[in-house]
Order: sequence, then C-alpha cells, then structure tokens
Amino acid sequence: MQEHDTSWVRTEMALAQQAPAGVRGPLAWVRKNLVGSVGDVILTVLAIALVVMIVPPIINWAFISAQWVGPDRTVCATAAQGGIQPDGWSGACWAFVNAKFGQLMLGRYPIEERWRPILVAILFVVLLVPLLIPRVPRKGLNAILLFLVLPIVAFVLLVGGMFGLPHVETQLWGGLLVTLSLSFVGIAVSLPMGIVLALGRRSKMPIVKTLCVIFIEFVRGIPLITVLFFASVMLPLFLPAGVSFDKYLRALIGVSLFAAAYMAEVIRGGLQAIPKGQYEGADSLGLGYWQKMTLIVLPQALKLVIPGIVNTFIGMFKDTSLVIIISMFDLLGVVKQNFADANWATPQTARSGLIFAAFVFWLFCFGMSRYSMYTERRLDTGHKR
Amino acid sequence: MKHIAIGILGAAALGWMASAASATTLGDVKAKGFIQCGVSTGLAGFSAPDDKGDWKGIDADFCRAVAAAVFGDGTKVKFTPLSAKERFTALQSGEIDILSRNTTWTINRDTALGLNFIGVTYYDGQGFMINAKKLPGVNSALQLSGAAVCVQSGTTTELNLADYFKANKMEYNPVVFEKLEEVNAAYDAGRCDVYTTDQSGLYGIRLTLSAPADHVVLPEIISKEPLGPAVRQGDDQWYHIVKWTYFALLQAEELGITQANVEELKTSDNPEIKRVLGQEAETKIGTDLGVSNDWVVNIVKAVGNYGEMFERNVGTGSPLKIARGINALWTKGGLQYAPPIR
Repeated sequence: MQEHDTSWVRTEMALAQQAPAGVRGPLAWVRKNLVGSVGDVILTVLAIALVVMIVPPIINWAFISAQWVGPDRTVCATAAQGGIQPDGWSGACWAFVNAKFGQLMLGRYPIEERWRPILVAILFVVLLVPLLIPRVPRKGLNAILLFLVLPIVAFVLLVGGMFGLPHVETQLWGGLLVTLSLSFVGIAVSLPMGIVLALGRRSKMPIVKTLCVIFIEFVRGIPLITVLFFASVMLPLFLPAGVSFDKYLRALIGVSLFAAAYMAEVIRGGLQAIPKGQYEGADSLGLGYWQKMTLIVLPQALKLVIPGIVNTFIGMFKDTSLVIIISMFDLLGVVKQNFADANWATPQTARSGLIFAAFVFWLFCFGMSRYSMYTERRLDTGHKR
Repeated sequence: MKHIAIGILGAAALGWMASAASATTLGDVKAKGFIQCGVSTGLAGFSAPDDKGDWKGIDADFCRAVAAAVFGDGTKVKFTPLSAKERFTALQSGEIDILSRNTTWTINRDTALGLNFIGVTYYDGQGFMINAKKLPGVNSALQLSGAAVCVQSGTTTELNLADYFKANKMEYNPVVFEKLEEVNAAYDAGRCDVYTTDQSGLYGIRLTLSAPADHVVLPEIISKEPLGPAVRQGDDQWYHIVKWTYFALLQAEELGITQANVEELKTSDNPEIKRVLGQEAETKIGTDLGVSNDWVVNIVKAVGNYGEMFERNVGTGSPLKIARGINALWTKGGLQYAPPIR
C-alpha cells in the first residue's frame, strides 16, 4: 500500500462555484429566451407592443376610471348620456355590481331572511376546507357531516317552513346561491351515481348492464337544455291543475342525472385502464366483488381519471347557467336580468356586469382545476413521470 | 279485479281534478292569500328588478293594483318571471293567476290559446331609431330608403320591417343578429344607421348608447302592439275583477284622484268621485264585483292612478322618459278610455 503524499492530489473538494455570468441571472435569461434569434427578437417586440397597447387601457378602465359606489346610473354615465362623468369618460361601473351584489349572490331571497343562506355558506366552507386539506384528521366524520348532515341542515335553513323559519320558495332563489347549490348537489350525486353506472355497464349481469347502457346513452343523447325546457313547458300541461313540480327540483334532478351519465363514462375509461391482472389478483386473494372494486380497482381507476372527473365538474358548474331556460336565475341570469333596470342602463353596465360574472365563474373553475392538479400530484404514486 | 282497481283509481283522479278545477280563481287567490303574477324576465319600465330585488314597472304595478283591489294590500302579490315561450303554458296550467308580461293582444291568443285579454295597458308599436349624425335631416321613416337597418332575427319585428319597406317601395339593407345584446353593440358601433324594435324598447336601448343625444326615435309606428294583461278563459268573475282594476286606474286619472289626495277626496262632494271611491250610501259596486266597496281607494293608495303609474315607470319620473303619446287619456288625445264605473 502506497501513501498518497504527492502534492498534486487535492485532499479536499473544490468549493462549489457559481455558474458563469453568461448563463445565469436575469440578463442571461433574457438573452436566451427573449432575444436568442432574429425571430425571437421580432416576437418579443411584438409581444411587448401588444402588452403596452392592451394592459394600461384595461387597468385604467377596470380600476382607475372605474366607479365603485353610487346611487344610480348617473355615476356611470357621461354628461351627454345624462350622467355626471365628463365627456369621453370610460370606466367600469362596479357601482352597478355593488348595488346589485345581494341579488347577484342570493337572487330575490327576502332581505330579512338572507342570514340563512349566509349561514349555510359559512357551514359549507367550514366543512369543506378541512376535507380538502390532507393533514387534517377525522376525514370520515368530516365527509359524513358535509355530504349527509349539511344537505339536511341546508334544506331546512334555505327552504324553511319548519322550526319557526318562514318558507322561502325556490322561485326567489337566484344568483350564486343557485349556481353553487346546483353544482354542489350535482357533484355530490353524480360521482357515486357515476361510479355505480360505470360498474353496472361493465357488469356481467345482463339486466343491470342493459339498464345502465340505456340510461347512459339516453341521457347523453339529448341536450340538457331540451330536458330543462321539456320539464318547464310540457310537464305542467300533463299534470292536473294545481299540481306543480318545483322548478328548482326539476333543474336539480336534470343536472344531477346528466352529470352522472357523463361521469359514468369518464370512470369507465379509468376502469378499462386497469390491467386484467389486477382483477385476477384480487380474485385469487379471495376478495368478493365489492371488496375487489373498493380495495383494488376503484382506487387505481379513479386516480387515473381525476382530470376527466374535474373536467366534468367544471363543465357542470358552467352548465348551471342553462337553468335560465326555465326562468331560474343563476349568477349570469341575475346579471343579465338586471340589465333591464332602467336606473342602471348605461353603456358600461352590461360590460361591467358580465366581467364580474366571468370573474366569479373563473374563480371557482380555476380553484377546482388547481385543487385537482394538487390531488393528482399527491396521488401519482404509480405513474410518476 | 284489476279493471275495478283501475276504474276506482281513474274515478278518484277525475274527481280530484274536477274539484281542483271547479274552485274559482278568486276563491283560490283568497285561500292562498296572494296573487301569482307572471311578468317578463326583465324589460326596462315594464318589469325589472330594482336594487333590492323588488319588481318594478308598469306590468308589475298592474298586478299590485289587482292585489290591492282583492286584498286591500298591494304587497300581496308574488311574481313569476317567465320567458316568452313559457308564458302561455304558465297561465293555462294555473301556475299564475294573471299574465302581465308585455304581451301583444292578438285574435289567435284571445281564442285558440284560451286567454282573455282584459285591455291594453300600453299601446306599443314597432318604431325606428336613427343616428341623426349619420342621417342628418331625416325626420320620417319614409326617408330611410337605402339605409342599413339593425334588427333581431326570427322576430315579428323582422317581418314587419320587410313588409313596411316593400309596401313603401324602398330598398334597405338588413343587418341581422341573433341576440339583443349583439344588435345593441352593432348599432352603437355604427354598423347600421337605423335600429328597429318596439318603440318602448328603443327608449331603453337609447340609455345604453355611448352618445344618446345623437339618436332620435322617429314618429312612425309600423305595427300595432297593444300590450295588456291576460287571464284564463272560463272564469268571468276573475276576468271582471282584473278588467275593472284596469278601468279603475284610468277612471282615477280622469277624475284627478291620485295617491296623494285619495284620502281627502273620499269626502268630496263630486258625486262621480264619491261613487268611484265607494263612498255612496248603500253602494254595491265593489261587492257585486267580488271585492270590497273601497277597492278603488285601495288600488290608488297602492300604485296611484294610471298616469302616475306610467310616469313613475316609463315616463318623466324614470330614466326612460317616454312621452304619453297615444297612451294618454281619451280626454287628452290618447286612446286610454274607461267605461263608466256606476
């Protein structure tokens, strides 16, 4: 064994050095990404020009020139339009959204009873948030409270007519209350129902299979708008006078069944992606049908189709706007309905109202989409790339 | 056995349906304690929600007037917003008691659809609005030859427009859109010189234009659109109550009875005012109708007379500023005329 005492062998590691200035820092990033080639330079200049052209006017319209509070249309109209603003003024009329805010959230729900939907909303958030955070314990109890207890409490509080609460007809409901309640019930019903339908469609029992196929194909074959329209225009003529189905209930059933049919096909896609070996493995362990499904197949299948499931949820959330066809007013419906209020008729009203509605829809859809991506990352144990 | 069971079920169902249908509308309304009123889903000045979500407008106020006549309380009314497609079904099926939804009175609706129109609460008609800057000097629709006209597709408006220009041997260039918002935006952007729809609507649309002062509503009306409330056929009592509520509104205006002075006028010496307000001794006008004798007092207290209702919702008291025009009383050159209340 020879000793290493030659002077040119280093005994300690060289200190880590920063990358050369040419490939690090913002300057290098700019050089690489923005002005790397002639084409890049042209695109960069065009993009900057576009941003400079578009962004300042938008900020000016939406914030700087915008009117936030006011009693009526005069704050949002120029002098020539019969208002108080100087000629040439153009800004968002958030005062309209502000004045109608209660309606946009709750529709024509009686003002003295509005604490009820607000309480339901608070309960909903208090129960939903811990369920969405994986660290928080007692998921089972939490889910029971959210999916079984809350709907009953919400029904009692929102509809009333018992425990001394005055009855509030669903006809008075509107705005975000309708949008959210329809989509929450739709989501809560469609996922389990979709799973059952998907399993039924792959079942070896001929009657169950036929029923599931017929249901799914029938529901997917007709547009939601047709069903809603039929339920509101034709159904009353077939029922005896004085008997009427609640419109909101019709919408609730229609939306839930629709989402369930679409959900069934999404989940069936996941079931088909599970190799036969998994089923056989479960069989060889002596698991029964439901054990096999709940312990082996569904956890893998559902994980695979999270993007598809959330896609269906987001689609359904936006489809709730179709209830306007049966004169139920969701958020968008209430916004559009209030355009008819002559006290707020200005050139800016429609724009501001629609942008507000779009922003609220975006907020919820974006939230759902981000949460689904987080869940995917948390669960991508087997297919990580 | 099976047949008997079906027979019994059928008989029971028939009996139940018959009993439900035999009650009068007035009886039903009194039993439930409010009037269910079908209004539009939003039309400026006729029925539109205000900041608190209450329905405001002529159509909404008319239902309040009927509620005041029946219950002595104009707030005992619930509104059902209805789309144009749903409105007749809702009335036929009994979902609503009055359809007060800017509906044009036509013979087909009065007969085949099983409706009874009670009168014309607003005489409307298709009109034209022009951009006076682009078409200087135009003050009649007959000068519009060759103009680009914005119109909503699939409406009677579009057909009336074609008829009018053809009948007057004029050329025009239709700019057609599916949605009302699109028509408004196109007109405001200057894609056409002329906008045509019901005249009452033109005033509402003008408020949303960027330079309303440049736009003029032309005097011509090219179609008759008498808008009025309707009730179901086959219940004369209810029909009369709604019809005479309308006449009472007109009569009150004719006699100068307003929301402000109705209490004082109860002691008026004018026999006609006394009769209308139910202050005559042993009067039976109200009770014969099926309501209380001070029904006109209740109506005027709740919504004012017809003129007050008009000015508050579409006239000078509203941003729409529609002139009375043919909706003035017959004594002032309009068409609103009520048979005597005696």
